[in-house]
Amino acid sequence: FQASRAASLLPQLLLRRRPASAGAFALLARPASSASGGLPPLTTEIHPGIKRGAFSQLTDADVSAFEAIVGGDHVIKDADEVLSYNIDWLRICRGQGQLVLRPKTTEEVSAIVRHCNKRRLAVVPQGGNTGLVGGSVPLFDEIVISTSRMNSLLSIDPVSGVLVAEAGCVLEQLDREAASQGLMMPLDLGAKGSCQIGGNLATNAGGLRLLRYGSLRGTTLGLEAVLPTGQVLDCLTTLRKDNTGYDIKQLLIGSEGTLGIITKAAILCPARPKSVQLAFLGLDSFQAVLDTYRLARRSLGEILSAFEFIDSESMRAVKQNLGLSCPLGEHSFYVLAETSGSNETHDREKLDGFIESVMSMDGCATDGTVAQDAGQFAHLWSLRERIVESLLVDGYEYKYDVSLPLADIYRLVEHMRTRLDGRVIRTAGYGHLGDGNLHLNFTTPKFDAKVLELIEPHVFDWVRDRRGSVSAEHGLGLKKSQYIRHSKADFAVRVMAEVKRLLDPNGIMNPYKVLPDE
Amino acid sequence: YIHIINKADMAASKGLKILVGCKRVIDYAVKVRVKPDRSGVVTEGVKHSMNPFDEIAVEEAVRMKEKKLAGEAVAISVGPPQSQETLRTALAMGIDRAIHVEIPLAQLEKLQPIHVSKLLAKVCESEKPDLVILGKQAIDDDCNQTGQMLAALLDWPQATFASKIEPSQDSKQLRVTREVDGGLETIDVSVPAVVTSDLRLNEPRYATLPNIMKAKKKPLAKMSPDQLGVDLQPRQEVISVEDPPVRKAGAKVESVEDLVGKLREKGLVK
Repeated sequence: FQASRAASLLPQLLLRRRPASAGAFALLARPASSASGGLPPLTTEIHPGIKRGAFSQLTDADVSAFEAIVGGDHVIKDADEVLSYNIDWLRICRGQGQLVLRPKTTEEVSAIVRHCNKRRLAVVPQGGNTGLVGGSVPLFDEIVISTSRMNSLLSIDPVSGVLVAEAGCVLEQLDREAASQGLMMPLDLGAKGSCQIGGNLATNAGGLRLLRYGSLRGTTLGLEAVLPTGQVLDCLTTLRKDNTGYDIKQLLIGSEGTLGIITKAAILCPARPKSVQLAFLGLDSFQAVLDTYRLARRSLGEILSAFEFIDSESMRAVKQNLGLSCPLGEHSFYVLAETSGSNETHDREKLDGFIESVMSMDGCATDGTVAQDAGQFAHLWSLRERIVESLLVDGYEYKYDVSLPLADIYRLVEHMRTRLDGRVIRTAGYGHLGDGNLHLNFTTPKFDAKVLELIEPHVFDWVRDRRGSVSAEHGLGLKKSQYIRHSKADFAVRVMAEVKRLLDPNGIMNPYKVLPDE
Repeated sequence: YIHIINKADMAASKGLKILVGCKRVIDYAVKVRVKPDRSGVVTEGVKHSMNPFDEIAVEEAVRMKEKKLAGEAVAISVGPPQSQETLRTALAMGIDRAIHVEIPLAQLEKLQPIHVSKLLAKVCESEKPDLVILGKQAIDDDCNQTGQMLAALLDWPQATFASKIEPSQDSKQLRVTREVDGGLETIDVSVPAVVTSDLRLNEPRYATLPNIMKAKKKPLAKMSPDQLGVDLQPRQEVISVEDPPVRKAGAKVESVEDLVGKLREKGLVK
């Protein structure tokens, strides 16, 4: 039998999908970690200055209480199992949490948090554990509350496009469900096979299509959360417009699990485009990248759905470390311009017009391609989506995610590349050009404190001096909390601290994260 | 009808003339849906692209041109107006010109390999190619018949499921390696011949921007089945199209005890 469908034809298409992970790990290329035989060093060793808060110690009575709430099967005490919940996806953090709880309902979450608040036990909410700033794992012995079992899709309304789901639903699965109704999730990121919608909301995840569909702050219509006192906050409306009082859900979105645990979300899903096209261009200067972007906005306008750039160092990493092939020759920069629309003929015409302009523009792209089928589409996107994975193969990765004025974006890369010359394997710059968001990464074979010293705080100072953001979309987590004042006025930070004190009087909800230690 | 090529060394001659068949099919990554009336599958508004085996055939023709084994490569597609897009893709990959045999919508669903092979045979009479390369089968019907029928109609040799095409030892024929159930079979065929491409023949290239622009200006001729004098009377009638039976859902168990209990329930363990 000569099979002819996708699975047998182009097996590499399947590599694009990350396997949905039940808990902590995404099963990908993992770096051989530094010190203790394959395990990352303890976070407390990397940050010896952080002291454990005045929290209680876990007792057998607490464990019994939790067992009564979620059932013995969903209280994880075994050291080997618990370990995986203590390590972040980048393998740069290792916490010392002793216990993982896996509730199924909001009521169970509420009961757990109420107990922890009464007993002053610190907790860490955890979804897909794909965060990149060490915000989703314990530092000391915080109890991990995993939302993975809260994975029911509650409803999809094909007319209004509103999708209501529990926080533990994996993004990619929600997108598949939305597809069956002609809809799509309004966000898309490389971690889609493992990340959960609750975590996406908690981190206000951006991703590849923010350019077109906006941020979760706009597309989230409502949510339900458990506050640090254990009380359930029900703001789960599905209304498009509701100006009745303060919009408290906006406090929780982007709070990175420090103001409560999101348990349900109502998302406004756009219509799934009938026609998606992808152009992949090779360019030889950053100015050409900026000129191409201007051209794209003018000629593709309302159908432009993504505009990403990749530098030559990132492309080299993807080719060398993952063995992927690039259909274009060697160029200093590569650009992915994607369009999404409701009419294929119409969109192809627009894309043809864009390409003609690009090719006749001075010093602009003469090398490029347009994806002719789904296989080429997936392959070209993988050259961008798998950069993070490819850099991990080098060993240890120092990740930075900043917002800058467009003209400054690559100046920072070149500046840091010179500064770190000879000390790192590579300095890679790529990102969501359309959003003014640069992803800047450095790699060394093992963690090197001297390299970290050369990078921080210098790179943050450089960004602050140009009024950029020290964390465009990844959040502050553990790794960047002390740099918050680089991008926010001191008084604003103090107001945030007041809000935190109000909602979390005992400070048990994901301590040591987001706000600086004061 | 016999066409004999100049017996001189192929590399020295002006090269073979190749005709490549391309079919527009539902993109292989699309989830195919059966129409509610079970008369067929939904094609309206669904993403279509070139049959992957035909992409491989086009790539092979272009490579043979680059190696100077072939002089001219012509792409042909039998299908609806949108097949022109498929032909443009072939042109963008390096084909010289294209022929579109347009089939009216009413007859499209009933088109069978027997009709397509007759249309191709007629075109071969006027175009006189030395080599016809087709995809071994289309991913929508999986028929795997057109190449073989065409060879029979023309009384030409056929080399199907090709994973390699090269000049034979004496350069007067083509040496084709075929993928068969037992492994690989290598045969020599004289030209003109029909070859069908298999998966491992090559990896199709990406169409580059300059070629995409050039493709717009390459000649694309239109023909109709009437002009070619081929009768498209259907010889088969599709009674119904159905989804394969749904796989019964498994059940997730939460512990080893649960698993053993369930196995006992089903009488699979004592």
